[in-house]
Amino acid sequence: MSNTTYTVIFYLFAAITVCSAAFVVFTRNVIYSAFSLLFTFFGVAALYVFLSADFLAVTQVVVYVGGILVLLLFGVMFTNSIMNPGQKSEVIHLFPGFILLVGMIGTMLYTFYTSNGWKATGTTLQGSIVERIGYETMSHYVLPFEMVSILLLAALIGAAFLARFDKREN
Amino acid sequence: MSTTPLSQFSIPLLMGNNLNGWSEALVGFNLLGLPLGLVILAAIPLVFIALYSLTYGVYGERKISAFMQDRLGPMEVGKWGLLQTIADILKLLQKEDIVPTSADKFLFVIGPGILFVGSFLAYAVLPFSPAFIGASLNVGLFFAIGIVAIEVVGILAAGWGSNNKWSLYGAVRSVAQIVSYEIPAAIALLCGAMMAGTLDMQKINILQSGSYGFAHFFLFHSPIAWIPFLIYFIASLAEVNRAPFDIPEAESELVAGYFTEYSGMKFAVIFLAEYGSMFMVSAIISVVFLGGWNSPLPNLGSLALNTWTNGPIWGVLWMISKGFFFIFVQMWLRWTLPRLRVDQLMYLCWKVLTPFAFISFVLTAIWEIYVP
Repeated sequence: MSNTTYTVIFYLFAAITVCSAAFVVFTRNVIYSAFSLLFTFFGVAALYVFLSADFLAVTQVVVYVGGILVLLLFGVMFTNSIMNPGQKSEVIHLFPGFILLVGMIGTMLYTFYTSNGWKATGTTLQGSIVERIGYETMSHYVLPFEMVSILLLAALIGAAFLARFDKREN
Repeated sequence: MSTTPLSQFSIPLLMGNNLNGWSEALVGFNLLGLPLGLVILAAIPLVFIALYSLTYGVYGERKISAFMQDRLGPMEVGKWGLLQTIADILKLLQKEDIVPTSADKFLFVIGPGILFVGSFLAYAVLPFSPAFIGASLNVGLFFAIGIVAIEVVGILAAGWGSNNKWSLYGAVRSVAQIVSYEIPAAIALLCGAMMAGTLDMQKINILQSGSYGFAHFFLFHSPIAWIPFLIYFIASLAEVNRAPFDIPEAESELVAGYFTEYSGMKFAVIFLAEYGSMFMVSAIISVVFLGGWNSPLPNLGSLALNTWTNGPIWGVLWMISKGFFFIFVQMWLRWTLPRLRVDQLMYLCWKVLTPFAFISFVLTAIWEIYVP
């Protein structure tokens, strides 16, 4: 693939990501903003591919599109007065929101300038990434991995308990 | 087990006979500085889907269902009704493109598009031949399982955008079904990935090639492999909304499910997406368990059937015929089994298929470690 093609495709996906993210925030219709998230997640997955993180890209699609977005869409569909686009929140925190924005942008710029930008390393990645992720998860990061598993199991048991058919009520 | 799958008997083409030779030649093809090769690479599966759903998908299904019910099927247009599909397509093209007034226009229009993109994206990692694969990813199998998620959003967009109770019911049923059945399907494919030790679709195929033909396929590696094979086949039926799991479009209850309101070319696109995912799941099951583009014929002494019938061109034939065989089984089941109820469907997924998938996962792991 030539370099120009590469650049064009990169900017295409970057534009998709940024535009759809802006649409999520600025649209007045809740259901449009939920569907627009699909393009944001998809664009972010494509950007991961450009960082040669294939596994992360596919995981992004599986977890965010397959799991979280579908859950979000169901949640939005259950929302009261969904067809009414002029909804407004009663509480608007302008000042804390502004501070949060400045803080986040500041932290990102600080990281960018102190870590010498996002320079590519001289050595290219050898072999399959999947195997290395597997080895690292099972050796170096086994404790966090197990902790997350237990957390998810607890969440699963909690969900099953909440959804359980209650005999006393019927 | 040999690791060089390309025999010398195959016809040497201009683009080379190496692994992924054709697709790499296409990627490098630039016309006037424009990457035309990349477009052609993506267009080949698209043309394949269109051709196969026209011939085998529509005409074949009507004929097969007719013969199973002791009927003749389409007979009027052309010899044995061969031109019936062409007539249908002309009719679909001429139809007025109706968007209901109360529908959400944007979602109604974009729904079939997202649906088709979701089913088409998985073709990027399907190895059609030793020399042809859209993108040889090292996470190919994971990509093929995961990308179905986009289809779910398309179905929801179509169902919600139609602003019709039947459509919404169909969409919600379909999404619940696809999301649930992804779990046993993924665990069953994980058993195949464990036998291969890789997620790369081409490498999975290469590992199943050898001079004994079908005996090298993962399905015949261990007796346990039959359990994930059957689990994945059942779960894939539910993922593509085929009978006996076609409750999202149950005609007798929901008219036509999430595509009730669609007509003309949008309807055609939804059907193209359905046929696309039918071949997609059939191709995945034949790659993981039945050797993909490898010839099933064994070498018998000097009668080297396996060596003769392997190669890039033969690979295309084997891959597509294995896919078509599973599509035939899908059609066969559709005209044989009655539809499941919603609660039976969920019972089958969560209380039967998922535990058995986990059991087969553990058994495959034990087999892979202790049996050489």
